[in-house]
Amino acid sequence: MRRWVEVRHGSYHDSVTLMRVSREVGRLGGVAGAMAAMATELNLEMLARMGFEVPAGAGPADLVVAIEAEEGALGGAREALDDLLTSARSAGGASAQAGPGSVPPARTTGAAARRSGAGLALVSVPGPHVFPEAMDALTAGLNVMVFSDNVPLDQEIALKEEAARRGLIVMGPDCGTALVGGAGLGFANAVAPGPVGLVAASGTGAQQVMCLLDAAGVGVSHALGVGGRDLSPEVSGRSALAALAALDADPATELIVLVSKPPAPRVADLIREAARRLDTPVVFALIGPGDDLTRATGRALERLGRAVPRWPRWPAPDPAAVPGNGTAPVPSRRPVTGALRGLFSGGTLRDEAAAILGAALGGDPARHGHLLVDYGDDAYTRGRPHPMIDPTLRLEAIAEQAADPGCGVLLLDVVLGYGADPDPAAALAPAIAGALRRRPDLAAVVSLCGTPGDPQDRDAQAAALRDAGAAVFASNAEAVRHALGLLPGGAAAGGTGAANGTHATDGTGADD
Amino acid sequence: MTESATRLGGLLTRDPAVVTAGVGVLAEALERQAVPVEAVDWRPPPEGSEDALAAVLGRPGHAEANARAVGRMLSARPHLVDVRPAAEVLGLEKGTFLHAGPPLEWERASGPMRGALIGAMLLEGLAGTPEEAERALEGGAATLEPCHHHRAVGPMAGVVSPSMWMLVVEDAEHGGTAYCSLNEGLGKVLRYGAYGPEVIDRLRRMGTVLGPVLRSAVRGHGPVDLLAIMAQALQMGDELHNRNRAATSLLLRELAADLAEADAPRDRVAEALRFAAANDHFFLNPAMAAAKAAADAARGVPGSSMVVAMARNGTDFGIQVSGTGDRWFTGPAGVPDGLYLGAYGPADANPDIGDSAITETAGVGGFALAAAPAIVRFVGGEVPDALAATQRMYEITLAEHPVLQIPLLSFRGTPSGIDVTRVVRTGILPVIDTGIAGREAGTGQVGAGLVSPPAGVFRDALHALAAEAPGVPATPPAEPAAAP
Repeated sequence: MRRWVEVRHGSYHDSVTLMRVSREVGRLGGVAGAMAAMATELNLEMLARMGFEVPAGAGPADLVVAIEAEEGALGGAREALDDLLTSARSAGGASAQAGPGSVPPARTTGAAARRSGAGLALVSVPGPHVFPEAMDALTAGLNVMVFSDNVPLDQEIALKEEAARRGLIVMGPDCGTALVGGAGLGFANAVAPGPVGLVAASGTGAQQVMCLLDAAGVGVSHALGVGGRDLSPEVSGRSALAALAALDADPATELIVLVSKPPAPRVADLIREAARRLDTPVVFALIGPGDDLTRATGRALERLGRAVPRWPRWPAPDPAAVPGNGTAPVPSRRPVTGALRGLFSGGTLRDEAAAILGAALGGDPARHGHLLVDYGDDAYTRGRPHPMIDPTLRLEAIAEQAADPGCGVLLLDVVLGYGADPDPAAALAPAIAGALRRRPDLAAVVSLCGTPGDPQDRDAQAAALRDAGAAVFASNAEAVRHALGLLPGGAAAGGTGAANGTHATDGTGADD
Repeated sequence: MTESATRLGGLLTRDPAVVTAGVGVLAEALERQAVPVEAVDWRPPPEGSEDALAAVLGRPGHAEANARAVGRMLSARPHLVDVRPAAEVLGLEKGTFLHAGPPLEWERASGPMRGALIGAMLLEGLAGTPEEAERALEGGAATLEPCHHHRAVGPMAGVVSPSMWMLVVEDAEHGGTAYCSLNEGLGKVLRYGAYGPEVIDRLRRMGTVLGPVLRSAVRGHGPVDLLAIMAQALQMGDELHNRNRAATSLLLRELAADLAEADAPRDRVAEALRFAAANDHFFLNPAMAAAKAAADAARGVPGSSMVVAMARNGTDFGIQVSGTGDRWFTGPAGVPDGLYLGAYGPADANPDIGDSAITETAGVGGFALAAAPAIVRFVGGEVPDALAATQRMYEITLAEHPVLQIPLLSFRGTPSGIDVTRVVRTGILPVIDTGIAGREAGTGQVGAGLVSPPAGVFRDALHALAAEAPGVPATPPAEPAAAP
């Protein structure tokens, strides 16, 4: 048996709390006696009778704690005592809810972090206001996902440096997607758990890869977004490196896919060097000349020893078979004469389209009169909901393009999942159908990023969009190649989704 | 496995739980996945404060500076060690008066401040009549300095003159010393701006009887642990600003035997005891000195945005902040919202006055309103309002006091350490309990209630901290780097 006694000056607790603590500790195995009490004369006498020698100088304002226990049990009993005293005092948490009266909601991320056991903060306040909320979370020991864009670059760097100091990660700013421990954050698709971990500088890029993996029957362990600027020379991949290391240490992750636009060479070297040092293999999905997300997903599947499937597609109905809309007769389709107009909500899907078009046409698609717009870009979302949440912007754009004889092929992405519009086809399908009815020389192609498990039900969305007259593809790359094949002259780059085999032109006849 | 469990705070191995701030649909999407969500009721801070907030919060070591400042305040161990005349203990010379709040000149002084200064001139024999005193003060005969510049605090007008006796409070942990005058009681008293003959007579009597008797008792007793008394008083229904009944009783009980043995004639001891025991606010002044000692321990921590003083002089409301030295940030003092005595009404009220907001600065007073249900009606509310007021203060404070606890909140520590950045971010202003002085010099107390500081003082302090921050200068968003 060992006796341990300690005086804690100026630590006040009420006697009920202390009696409760004494009783709890006294009941522990190996403990012969325990007492936590204010050092009043009466209590000091009682301790003396229990055989404790109390240090001189303890007074009624001081707490005295004493435990008699077997050698091996003393450490545990002391810890238990401290835990009980701490919880009696309460630092928020459940006890913040205790007591009469309602507890007002937290007004800062820091206050919310103190009362919850969360490991992650999801910050989506306007960009200029992100920094305090994100810094709060880091200070409280939480990782941060910053969904917002328009965050100053130096603030992004400062946040990521702070995260590094604390062994945490900042996902974002402008991180649209993450999947952590089965929870989809931001715009995220319902996918099964599985062996692939993602590190993504692009939200929709990550969604595309996750949805294609899902279509191939392969699940995802975690998807850690890092934000579109993380791999810039200024930010230098701070979050990507932290994400790679975390996934490498994660036993559920067998393969890492890194999704990004091609980073600056110095950053690319840094990332490749870090990837080489990992135990977990890394597949790079760098959207740009020579690579696309569909091909990269195929490489990941091969690396896992899995077959690459034929990606889901829902071809446009035969014009003759389109039943039309009641009274209005469906005009027979006429050959496309206009250019391609891509109206995207996902920046990476747009960039991938641009890269594929550029490679096929031999140069900037804009030089050939083609137009690819990301309506999710900062310039469009300032003070407005993202087009994945609210279709208004793109409905206007569809109407505008349909009225423009120069537009021959409408290419749209539709991104499903948590956080996104609960039924995007409800607004987009009628808009597409209307445009096709007005313009017999117009074609519509949809890149549909989603899974059957998504709240919107991918297959129902696909059917509605197809019934509106669009050709629908699960693979964005295939959608783009299909659209390319519809263009006058049948431009095609030999992609798997090309609608016809006509050889690609290199833009002959197009104005510079 | 262990490595994975500790990386990113265990993010990849724990069951997900998320704090959300911002877009509601993102929180709802998590709730649909049955992920526990703690949603922040976020509101934008005032326009123009974004860059300053980023600069202050982004200053390397800011959180640590605040942790250090609040840690020092909460670990202070104020003890009442002596009672001595201001002339001795502060070196205060005839013709110099201390006053509450930030610096003030006679020209801008309010009625109660002028009344208290007139009374102090009479008390010190520097004038024969109030008129004469007023003329002398107008003519610049007196030197006016804030109590806070002398490690002292005074309730309401807070006027201290050389012959007044001061409580001497030492911080046994950090070694600082703070001072506060002796409480005169309620009604027509100097601190509320009254200066009639009964006011001056009482002050003289306090100087000849109460001061010496208390000195003898305190010296006989040895250092009195004020924090221990405050902790117990909070659990007995005081909030230590507008209600000090329990603490007064506890202090007198603590000193009872030493008062009995005081080196003074029995009738004088009885008189001192009768005076103190008849005054429910007797402990306000020891509480203020204790709060001042604790707050002063937190001064001068570079980068800290913690408030170390809130004080009003009847004209201006001022705060001082740990990271900005002795600089005052001031704005117009508001008129308290409260209940009035007799026939008095809001039209009779002077703007907010007194150093007693040092109690809120240290985490009691209005911040501990939930501990004092007995006074919430007095300050215009019901018990749930008191609970809500204290709950709200947790949003703008850095810590919970380890010793001062609130029974009704399951013994949660009082919200302590006001953070300028949190006040600006949330727009939640500190809640301050206060007495209300009559606007006219010589009136005295007209009521009591609650008051808020002007929001601008916190914004000004934030911008001053930002100007000093060597860290992140905020710049417009940079263009994403072009891919090669």
